[in-house]
Amino acid sequence: MNIQGQGALVTGASRGLGRALAELLAARGARVALVARDAGPLGDVVAGIRGRGGDAHAIAGDISDKSAIHRIAGQAQGLVGEIAIAIHNASTLGPTPLRLLLDTECEDLSAVLETNLVGPFRLTRVLAGAMAIRGAGVIVHVSSDAAVEPYPRWGAYGASKAAQDHLSRILAAELDGTGVRVLAVDPGEMDTVMHAAAIPDADPATLQPPAQVAARIVAMIEDGARAPSGGRLVAARWEAAR
Amino acid sequence: MIAAALQPSAPGRATRAGSVPDPGDPAARAAELALHSDEVPRHAVRLVVIDPDRAAAPRLERFAALPRLLRAGDLVVVNDAATLPGSLPGQTAGGVGFELRLSGPVDAGRLSGVLLGPGDHHTRTEHRPPPPRIVRGERVTVAAMPATVLNAAGRRVELAVHGDGDALWQALYAAGAPVQYAHRSERLALWSVQTAYAGRPWAAEMPSAGRPLTWDTVLGLRRAGVAVAALTHAAGLSSTGDDALDRALPWPERYEIPVRTVHAVHEAQARGGRVIAIGTTVVRALEAAARAEGDGASIRIGSGVATLRLDAGYRPRVVSGLVSGLHVPGESHFELLSAFAPADQLARAIALAAAHGLSGHELGDACLILPEGAGAVSSP
Repeated sequence: MNIQGQGALVTGASRGLGRALAELLAARGARVALVARDAGPLGDVVAGIRGRGGDAHAIAGDISDKSAIHRIAGQAQGLVGEIAIAIHNASTLGPTPLRLLLDTECEDLSAVLETNLVGPFRLTRVLAGAMAIRGAGVIVHVSSDAAVEPYPRWGAYGASKAAQDHLSRILAAELDGTGVRVLAVDPGEMDTVMHAAAIPDADPATLQPPAQVAARIVAMIEDGARAPSGGRLVAARWEAAR
Repeated sequence: MIAAALQPSAPGRATRAGSVPDPGDPAARAAELALHSDEVPRHAVRLVVIDPDRAAAPRLERFAALPRLLRAGDLVVVNDAATLPGSLPGQTAGGVGFELRLSGPVDAGRLSGVLLGPGDHHTRTEHRPPPPRIVRGERVTVAAMPATVLNAAGRRVELAVHGDGDALWQALYAAGAPVQYAHRSERLALWSVQTAYAGRPWAAEMPSAGRPLTWDTVLGLRRAGVAVAALTHAAGLSSTGDDALDRALPWPERYEIPVRTVHAVHEAQARGGRVIAIGTTVVRALEAAARAEGDGASIRIGSGVATLRLDAGYRPRVVSGLVSGLHVPGESHFELLSAFAPADQLARAIALAAAHGLSGHELGDACLILPEGAGAVSSP
């Protein structure tokens, strides 16, 4: 998919990988709707993109809230037009320091699933139909190696990401032939606020900058042949074709 | 809005317009044609089918049977406009409250619509008190945003909202709700008034003929060799609360037809397929685009404003069949459907719907009008 001129929506766009993705998509000429819970930091990111000549819009909203979903999708399409690229990047670890599953409150597991699994499902349900009826679109689920590896203390997050991976595969199977591509991407360990919350003593020098991962994910969006629908891609193993 | 009962003249008109005499006296006919107005879950919607053989009796199907009712080579066209939260609270500088009902898309910070007096959706639109009089140049508040009145003609207004687009859209969705229907007790949420393929928020009210079109049915159509394509048409209001204004509905409405859909129409025509519109807004857009091209049945790519009015005398150039909600004689929508089937046949379809307890609500059951003489549909 050619990014230029496309409408894009990125959740969790006020910092980290979401911010880097929104900035890169805007730099490539997409019209980008940035979604995050807090309007303040989001406004700064949008102002930065606009300052560099990009087309960016701020939408304050919480994807874990069902009543917010049509507001987010409606505002986004009112501001940037049809959404051809949707990136489900927002996610939560649940309470930190991370806890063993047997120490995890039931409500905390539910809250993690609402944000990491049910929220993206609802937003896809509202955005993907317009893509499929028009025959083009890319949906990206930001995953984690915790979706595959049974890391102790990552139970709530890991289970939510494993479920999201499978949601991504089933969506891809159901949308086969419509022109909509559905991907899950494991971004790897990045130097972000979220990573610091999960593993406070990690050496930032060993972590990837989010912009580097964002460049790989944007390359996957562009390259349908190398990133076919239904795939679960590991960003660290992806070398963008130039 | 769905009339609870018929206007007295309607059966007479149905007889005049039709080729088959209408049996029974008008009062009995009216009772026979009354539809209830309950919401029907979108997976449970039923369909009254008006067959290509106009002498055949209408019959009932499930909406989900649509792929079987059409033929390989046909084209189904939907309106992918999402429904706006078009009912907005406002007040004058003097603190008098009103409802602004958007009549079309938001256009670069400008809101167009009609004003209604105070009250909520439990009061029928036509029974609401008149709105406060506002004049050009006046400052008002809409959706908690300051705005200036650019134009005011009776209830019709155009406002310029102060503030950037991000703030305006946030305010619309924070304060607005979809236009509500008086005969429904609970407030409708945006989730209830979107089609399964809704995109840009252009519609003042839901393009409701597409509500029962699930993805299972869309994909079933494609598997059956029926093409499905989309356009965007800014479906307007069904009611303004003012009789004189209501008589002029629908107003000019913006539409946009992507190149892919134009090709799909031309390809269907070339192979002898039928073009089936999901809803009258699709008819309006396609027919307007055909007239814009001016050479017969081909249609123009891109944006336009549909001004044409469809009625029993209208000869469609592009659209050959139609899915619509159920409308009783006397409603403007019934008149429009008469462009596709004789009024007596439509009245027979409504009588069948009434006898089987189908709903005439916007969120109710549906009818499929197949073009005459194009060969019978396959039987179950």
